[in-house]
Amino acid sequence: MSDVAINFEGVTKAFGNVRAVDEVSFQLPRGALVTLLGPSGCGKTTTLRLVAGLELPTGGRIEIEGRDVTGLSAAERRIAMVFQSYALFPHMNVLENVSYGLLVNGARKPSAEAEANAMLKTLGLEGLGQRLPSELSGGQQQRVAVARALVLRPKVLLFDEPLSNLDARLRRRVREDIRDLQRKLGLSVVYVTHDQQEALAVSDLVCVMRAGKIAQMGTPVELYDDPADAFIADFMGEANVLQGEVLAPGRIALGGIPLDVTMRPHPSGPAQIAVRPESILPQPEGAPGLPGRIQRAAFLGQTREYEVETAAGMLFVVTPAASLAFAMGEAVSCRLDRVIPLRDVKG
Amino acid sequence: MGALTLARAALLCATLGLFLAPWHGLQDGISEVTAWPGGSAAPLVALLLDGSRWWLWPVALLLALAAPALLRGRAGAGLAWIGAGLVLAVFGAGYAIGLNGLQWGWLAPLLGAPPAQPSLGWGAFLVLAGGIGLFAAGQAARGRFGADAFVAFLVCSCGFLLLLFVFLPLVNMLSAALYEDGRLAPAAFGARLVAPEAWSLACLSTHAGCGVVWNTLLLATLTAVISTLLGLAFALLAVRGGARGKVSAGAFRAMTILPLITPPFVVSLALIVLFGRTGIVTGFMWDWFDIPRSRWIYGLPGVLLAQVLAQAPIAFLLLDGALRAISPSLEEAASTMGARRMRVFCSVTWPLLKPALAASFLLAFVESLADFGNPLVLGGDFDVLSTRIFFAIAGARHDPGRAAALALLLLAITFGAFALQALWLGKRRYTTVTGKGDSGIPAALPAGLKLTCAAVAWPWMIFTAAVYGIILVGGFVHDIGRGDLSFTWRHLGTGFEVGWFDGPAFIGSAWDSLFTTIQVAAISAPLTAGLGILLAWLIARQNFPGRRGLEFMTMLSFAIPGTVVGVSYIMAFNVPPVELTGTALILVICFVFRNLPVGVRGGIAALAQIDKSLDEASATMGGGAFQTLRRVVLPLLRPAIVTALAYSFVTAMTAVSAVIFLVSARHNLATVYIVGRVEAGEMALAIAYSTVLIVIMLVTVLGIEKLVGRARLGRASAAAPPIRAGA
Ligand SMILES: Nc1ncnc2c1ncn2[C@@H]1O[C@H](COP(=O)(O)OP(=O)(O)O)[C@@H](O)[C@H]1O
Ligand SMILES: [Mg+2]
Repeated sequence: MSDVAINFEGVTKAFGNVRAVDEVSFQLPRGALVTLLGPSGCGKTTTLRLVAGLELPTGGRIEIEGRDVTGLSAAERRIAMVFQSYALFPHMNVLENVSYGLLVNGARKPSAEAEANAMLKTLGLEGLGQRLPSELSGGQQQRVAVARALVLRPKVLLFDEPLSNLDARLRRRVREDIRDLQRKLGLSVVYVTHDQQEALAVSDLVCVMRAGKIAQMGTPVELYDDPADAFIADFMGEANVLQGEVLAPGRIALGGIPLDVTMRPHPSGPAQIAVRPESILPQPEGAPGLPGRIQRAAFLGQTREYEVETAAGMLFVVTPAASLAFAMGEAVSCRLDRVIPLRDVKG
Repeated sequence: MGALTLARAALLCATLGLFLAPWHGLQDGISEVTAWPGGSAAPLVALLLDGSRWWLWPVALLLALAAPALLRGRAGAGLAWIGAGLVLAVFGAGYAIGLNGLQWGWLAPLLGAPPAQPSLGWGAFLVLAGGIGLFAAGQAARGRFGADAFVAFLVCSCGFLLLLFVFLPLVNMLSAALYEDGRLAPAAFGARLVAPEAWSLACLSTHAGCGVVWNTLLLATLTAVISTLLGLAFALLAVRGGARGKVSAGAFRAMTILPLITPPFVVSLALIVLFGRTGIVTGFMWDWFDIPRSRWIYGLPGVLLAQVLAQAPIAFLLLDGALRAISPSLEEAASTMGARRMRVFCSVTWPLLKPALAASFLLAFVESLADFGNPLVLGGDFDVLSTRIFFAIAGARHDPGRAAALALLLLAITFGAFALQALWLGKRRYTTVTGKGDSGIPAALPAGLKLTCAAVAWPWMIFTAAVYGIILVGGFVHDIGRGDLSFTWRHLGTGFEVGWFDGPAFIGSAWDSLFTTIQVAAISAPLTAGLGILLAWLIARQNFPGRRGLEFMTMLSFAIPGTVVGVSYIMAFNVPPVELTGTALILVICFVFRNLPVGVRGGIAALAQIDKSLDEASATMGGGAFQTLRRVVLPLLRPAIVTALAYSFVTAMTAVSAVIFLVSARHNLATVYIVGRVEAGEMALAIAYSTVLIVIMLVTVLGIEKLVGRARLGRASAAAPPIRAGA
């Protein structure tokens, strides 16, 4: 059997004139967790629904575990999905919800309930079988939805913004739980989110989408350290995008001031240059670097944030709290560690 | 369900129809079956072999064509063509060759002079069902209907039924208006449409009556205006009437159930008893005030009064809801800006009420157009379209062409009203305000307005009580028509006497019709609810070509007045190939398709409350459309289903306009029987029977309300535009 869990080949989905998904191709290795990340309306949910078979593509080809499923309905695909709203059946109790999939696939009731109970136990939900979904907390509902999806031993598990209905403190724990479960069971997972932190935290692979197309796909580190363009640099965390010039490998000019930096290879000439806020270290005036003046300073406990006015433009800077502190209006010199020269984006 | 399973089932069904079931309808009932496999009960295969139906060979050939691939386990897109061919072959031959031999002259070179062909029977029905199944399987195999054969089959069969029982009768009627003595006569059609009978304005200048169109429009407009104003007065008192408003609200609300469970013309009976020449009030006036006895109640005033009695409570329901949905904070905002009470009412409340007023006006208008019972009983010389249509069919001069033309006029007016409303609403769709119940005390009515409302509402309330009181009392006194008010069981006995001859014997003259009515209502109610909810699910949750068309056709039957339906049914189903008149089946079919829209609307509204992701979750877990429907959707739709059941049961018990054309001596209905008693002058029996009906329905409705909470019954809930923002 192939090692590819999901294979998209030039898949397009058009709603009337809107191309929600536009010639998208990607491959998800078996046992990996890929997040679909992007701003609202970029086509993440549609992509997920195409995998699930809840939408049928208007063009292209979809394979799951080597089987062509392009024309198959959701019921025939052997996938499972956890919905944003959880979509628990309100008229069934937890046990009935979890055994539903087994029953419609022809299992007998006793064996289905035994399996469902085992799955509830795996997810730490024992004792809740007789409750109605409305009698559970948000976190419990979410776990029931996961149990219901997993009990069918699906080839692929899909999550659509699974954390969006949980409160902030629960989110971190639940996302870790999902990640642990995925590792333990070796599941192939597609996970939709619009939160880059969440994406970085849980994924093996991140797939950033923009306007129905894949903007870049790679590991979290690749995307953070090596974004293809300004859109991704900005989307994968804060970035100062400045107009500058690459002079030679390891040497750039910003606001006319030459600086030595760490950078990936880039042809010499004018370029957009992205600098992460934590790659900038303000130092007392006179030190080598980009001179500037502190416009705003804030102390946030673990970190300090500054806005520094320089010849290249306004810089947003984050430093560890333990580093040297500066006051508003002070003149500083900014040392740049690592910069990212950006490729031109066409269109 | 896969396409192959469906196709195989369809093939089996059609084959049974070909080889076993009698092809033609059994004219003399089930006893004819003894002749099988020959005579009038012969299956098609026998008729083909003896050569008497040689033009139906395509049916057998098409089935033979479909069989090999299906037996080998392959279902291809070609099945769609075979299925369509089957349906066309059966219907085409059925229409081309009728009781008088060849009907379509242009086919003479092909068919020669074939013998008479009676109507289609069970065999044909099975073959048609099979044809539709094959068609659906073919479509599903092509990937239509989400590649789900179950959905495909539902859509195709619903579409077929709607075409046959909603669309076809209408088209048929239109063509009847175009024909004269069996020949196409567009000139006669034109003449009928502009006939003075319809459009004359003679009443303006002479003592002659005006055309029925003017009568109809005048009556409908008056009914709509007065009902809406009365409803408004009641609603204002109930919602804004201060402390005593609560009391009146309860009384008004209790009153709103009455029109629902009263056969439409029963109010007319009470009016005759009160205000007829020998009526109670008339006699009182004569004795005490020397006001001469007259027949003023027969005509416009009487019909108007009866219709307003029925419509005002419905207008109240609509306006009450709308008024409650207007958030008090809007009015408070206006008053904090210094506006006086009257200003607030005129500048805030009134404009926000407008959509509901329009809805209530339209509903009363359309109901008045469609009303048949009251004009029939009380109209006298004042004819409206619905009664005139009836007499064109049932009167001395049977003239289907004229009936059809008048029916078209009525239809045009009804559609015109709906179209105007759509236009008007399209421009101003402000969903009334915030939605969630917000705090704040509703502004009290300006004193003058409150007084006016009370002065209108309470006398009307008392009048309504008197009218219904008469109905309750009337059946149990000797002769209410002449004011003899001594108690008796006599009338009830005439209708509902039960004797004992080796077991209970239902001697009373009303039993037959009551049993038929309950039977027909009990059969049609589950069919209506089931079909309605299915259609709602298909329309709301499935995506397929022709969805809009399906929705349009369901709603079409809502807009067609009952009289028009009756006329069109009798024209469409009196002769082969589909011959149903005189059976109880046509009554059931008529009720099912007339009440369908309410079930569909209710279902769609209920489905809108059920997140679509539930369906999708079921699908991702391997639940096909059928499983999802059975295990997820239907259980969640239970309240809507029960409401649809109750509504269709009650409507089937009270309807008169459409079925008066369709009843027969063997299958008479309660309402039609009562109308007959009125015409025979047996007022007391009619009233006694009405009381029995009302009691039965009251028990039904209250029982159901108890089961599912206050069921939203009535055409009102279906016709109201979505103006109640989440209230
Ligand atoms: N059923 C639909 N009909 C029409 N347009 C749709 C439908 N579903 C999604 N779209 C459109 O497709 C685009 C992508 O939507 P979606 O995949 O939901 O985005 P995301 O989940 O990334 O926010 C949007 O512009 C949306 O309006
Ligand atoms: Mg989304």
